[in-house]
Amino acid sequence: MAQSFKEALNSGKFIITSEIGPPKGTNLEKMRHHIDLLRDKVDGLNVTDHQSSVMRFPSIGGCLEIKEHGGEPILQMTCRDRNQMALQAELLLAYTRGIRNVLCLTGDSIPIGDHKEAKGVFELDSVQLLRTIRQMESGKDLGGNALDGAVEFCAGAIVTPEANPIEPQLIKFEKKIEAGAEFIQTQAIYDLDNFRKFMEYARKFPVKILAGIVLLVSARMAKYMNENVPGIFVPQNLIAELEAAPKGEALNKGIEIAGRMIAALKKDSICDGVHLMAIGREEVVPDILAAAGINGHKP
Amino acid sequence: MKSITRQKPLEEIEQQLEGLERAYIIGCGTCTTMTKTGGREEVLDMKERLQGLGKMVTGWTVIPIACDEMTEASLKENDGAIRSADCLLVMSCALGVQKAGSYSGKPVIPALDTLFIGVEDKPGYFHEVCDQCGHCVLGYTAGICPITACHKGLLNGPCGGTNNGKCEIDKEKDCAWTLIYQRLKAQDRLDLMRKYQPPKNSQVIPRPRLARIL
Repeated sequence: MAQSFKEALNSGKFIITSEIGPPKGTNLEKMRHHIDLLRDKVDGLNVTDHQSSVMRFPSIGGCLEIKEHGGEPILQMTCRDRNQMALQAELLLAYTRGIRNVLCLTGDSIPIGDHKEAKGVFELDSVQLLRTIRQMESGKDLGGNALDGAVEFCAGAIVTPEANPIEPQLIKFEKKIEAGAEFIQTQAIYDLDNFRKFMEYARKFPVKILAGIVLLVSARMAKYMNENVPGIFVPQNLIAELEAAPKGEALNKGIEIAGRMIAALKKDSICDGVHLMAIGREEVVPDILAAAGINGHKP
Repeated sequence: MKSITRQKPLEEIEQQLEGLERAYIIGCGTCTTMTKTGGREEVLDMKERLQGLGKMVTGWTVIPIACDEMTEASLKENDGAIRSADCLLVMSCALGVQKAGSYSGKPVIPALDTLFIGVEDKPGYFHEVCDQCGHCVLGYTAGICPITACHKGLLNGPCGGTNNGKCEIDKEKDCAWTLIYQRLKAQDRLDLMRKYQPPKNSQVIPRPRLARIL
């Protein structure tokens, strides 16, 4: 049997995770194709939970597909759409179906998504959700009632190393670790010197850090993210590299940049692994890994 | 602190008045006078707009404080004009609408939407100050309310959507947790932000909320 994500985390090897975005609708063909393509190349596959507050097929549905196809799912769970009862119930379901990894997120706000008049729940936050998991593992629900059969999860969270100001984010990062986060997948990072500084700080904590790598597909995308995505900072030299790429070659340049960053992170053991986000371009994830010199990663 | 209101679009008021031809208009001398949504001037303006829609206005008044018991006396004084109306069009916050409904027995039509309990920062600009959640956390958050000032009502620090001290839903809006952080830091009390805050009790007083304060 393949190694579980938790075993991989504790094995000391350089961890690779990636993510799957579920479809808007019931056509699962593309998602299944991505699962087939990636499941043997990574240590865990996240499934996003109505990413950017856009209503989609649920993350737990995607995780079940990954399980059925022999992969190792990481269930992304936001606090945006469910109250504490619904969150706990879903954790019970996930556990009974062999899903063992949960990434706890607050969730994007409703107004940025495609159901602008919907009610945002946010009854719990990411720190409280982590603690909920640890409490359910002790055999009790949030109401203090005994569970007939507890859960056990490898629980993780996120951090934004490029946030400004950074200290409030670091305070929350530490609260997440105190709440029991075992792994952290970071927001996209592009400046390795900045990230090294973050890791000097983060190394002090008993948690595995996977650097977020978001594939750049064009200079325009990089500039757009700098303008509009909180906590993402693409340095000018990378934008210039993308701009200098011949027509039609920007994607390949982006793959090269991502591969180069992963190789550097791995070579110098800067962090414990990477989390690859190729938003909408999942089919090139194997090319990114090849560009990083990583082939046949998973045993 | 006052009830912050906004006038409904005239089309919506017209829809609510379907089949009701004669209206009596009630304004309020307190919050909606200060917000210029239901004071004397706005009531007179509404009278003209209703007449423009072909409605008959049987009378109007501006009750000094539409949410207290004086409303009953005030409505009695105008009994004749009210009795000849099919409905009361109320230009106060929802409290006054409910009072007018309970005292007159006439159908009540709100002309305003009650937005929040807030304060005025400068003329015409208001912000929400309290959600009346039933369990105040201001002691941990440097006097800045994370329930009303944070879009997500977070208790344990900022989300990842904040950027340069602004909120992910609107670059014009401040991130509450950046403000809380800055003020706690200035007070040398950041330990309060490091402290875990458990989930809020959403049932401090289950709705309908009733309280007997001795």
